[in-house]
Amino acid sequence: MHDRQATWIARYGELAVLGAMLVVVTGLLAVVTDGRLLGLESLASMAIQMPLLGMLTLAQLLPMLTGGIDLSIVSTANLAGITAAYVLTQSAGWYATPAAVVLGLMAALAVGVTNGAIVAYLDVPPIITTLASMIFVKGIALAVTRGAVLAGFPASFLFLGGGTLLGVPVPFLLFAGAATAIAVVLHRTPFGVVEYLLGSNPTATRFSGVDVPVMLFRTYLTSGVLAGIAGLLLIARFNAAQADYGSSFLLLTVLIAVLGGVDPSGGAATITGLVVAVAILQVVATGFNLMGLSAHLANALWGVILVLVIMLRRLVQARSGRT
Amino acid sequence: MDGVVRRLARRTETYLVAVLVVLAAIVTAGRPEFLTAENAFDVLRNNAFLGIVALGQLVVLVSGGIDVSFTAVATVAQYLMGLVLTTRGITSVWVALLIPLPIGLTLGLVNGLLVHYARVHPVIITIATLSTFYGLLIVFTGGTWITDLPMPFQEFAQYKLVRFTTAGGAEYGLSTPILFWGAAALLTWVVLNFLAVGRRIYALGGNAEAARRAGFPILRLQLFVYAYMGLLAGMGGFVQAQLAQIIQPNAIVGRELDVLAAAVLGGASVFGGAGTVGGTILGVLLIAVIRNGLILLRISSYWHDAVIGLLIAAAAAITAAQERRRRARAVRIHDA
Repeated sequence: MHDRQATWIARYGELAVLGAMLVVVTGLLAVVTDGRLLGLESLASMAIQMPLLGMLTLAQLLPMLTGGIDLSIVSTANLAGITAAYVLTQSAGWYATPAAVVLGLMAALAVGVTNGAIVAYLDVPPIITTLASMIFVKGIALAVTRGAVLAGFPASFLFLGGGTLLGVPVPFLLFAGAATAIAVVLHRTPFGVVEYLLGSNPTATRFSGVDVPVMLFRTYLTSGVLAGIAGLLLIARFNAAQADYGSSFLLLTVLIAVLGGVDPSGGAATITGLVVAVAILQVVATGFNLMGLSAHLANALWGVILVLVIMLRRLVQARSGRT
Repeated sequence: MDGVVRRLARRTETYLVAVLVVLAAIVTAGRPEFLTAENAFDVLRNNAFLGIVALGQLVVLVSGGIDVSFTAVATVAQYLMGLVLTTRGITSVWVALLIPLPIGLTLGLVNGLLVHYARVHPVIITIATLSTFYGLLIVFTGGTWITDLPMPFQEFAQYKLVRFTTAGGAEYGLSTPILFWGAAALLTWVVLNFLAVGRRIYALGGNAEAARRAGFPILRLQLFVYAYMGLLAGMGGFVQAQLAQIIQPNAIVGRELDVLAAAVLGGASVFGGAGTVGGTILGVLLIAVIRNGLILLRISSYWHDAVIGLLIAAAAAITAAQERRRRARAVRIHDA
């Protein structure tokens, strides 16, 4: 009982700290930018940019929860984007947009299935598996497109990246939907319970009769599909697709996940934490942009903040007697 | 005799040599110029940076860690060297070499300290230091290219210990980048195989808990491992500047996973405790020969990454299968 209380305090305490961080950072930047940060224009641009990073981080979250990592998410997103872009630029019928979405997601699913099969059934460590698929998938995308940019999509597709429903940007709705769905799966289904167990103690999970390979397979498959959705959002926002867009996002997703409370050795993660962490990152990025500060300074700061968060967490754990 | 064959069959190096021979035969069949000394020296020279930092990564992997920040370390080291050389008008190559090595070592020590005290997977820590080192460098320097490296620096890159000339009059031979690679390999080999610290690094990577209980100085070992990676990243930065004759802050960053791939292809395990200098060199050569062969065979460069990705997947699957078989054997012995 005491243990459970301690975990609750640890979990919500951390969320409270993250929430406070978001408020403080937003307040500071709002003051420094003379309120421009909270102007309609920047709010709208944040609502469009944040879902992309958020979706990629969701794709990173599940593998990290099981103690793995997925280095191939950005390559997968680009492959989905290029597949969709081919369909969109080759055909003009009403079916072009749905076909592009379906085929793009299927390309991403194929990568997810391959990653999952190799990790789950061949026992290859995730970092190696996804390193290989990252290079391979990017290679295929490069070979097929010869490095060219595919651009110019119909309005019905661009709606995904910049349209609004009832005044809310569509990417934001998609991200909210995906985050809610993953949260429900993690907290309200047997799969979610076992997923946490698998991350915190793989050996115990194996011995308690759980089909670990199937769990891992589904994890990487889902990660692939989420990366695919991110890929569609990416090309809908840029109105263009290319094999090596967004490579800096890969390290950012790991960073955001850890900042949001994901334990890199597995077993702990909350969707709320992730969403707040994405929001913090987006506010800082937009604020820095408004202040005319370099994105490199933001990156340097992110590294420092990540280390500080990890060290603080160590301190708190040491104080509360957990190791 | 039988024992020798069986022992060889168990070594990753044997397979790598076999694959290299087959590949070389295929490329040579299509393009006889592949199997010339000139091309061989070219391949070695062009991959010296990859070869040097892969050796540092090997030591980190053996200890059970990983370092993805070395590209930033190499960039910071070579950039600061370039700044000092050009602003102070220093022309000595030996003075130039004294700059990147301690910078790399120091940044490596920072990594080691953070990895030790944070107690999360080193990939996370080094991702953080990668963005910090690189971000701060660009913020403070503006990230402009350094193009006016001093003359002796260029001459040093042209220097060859053994010198040949082609029929066309072009010179080739054992150039300085290859010498640095050789020196790094020799040093790493001695450290891992003949020094107590090397044996301890294998033990730490093989079983961290056992090493801790045996009273190993874990902090000092981790500081050593990451500082060594930093030192070689500094050397790699120097060599890369020599090869390019220009310092471009975005030339190296982004190649973290290439190096990891080379080390893993060479048989180093991401779980620690395994890996050899010979295997790592062969891993680098395998990637180098494939790229070189694909170029000679006029296969569009767009296909290179796809081929290399497949190769890494195959190598990883084979290694995992071997590991499974070994574990199965261990269980049987246990049962008996």
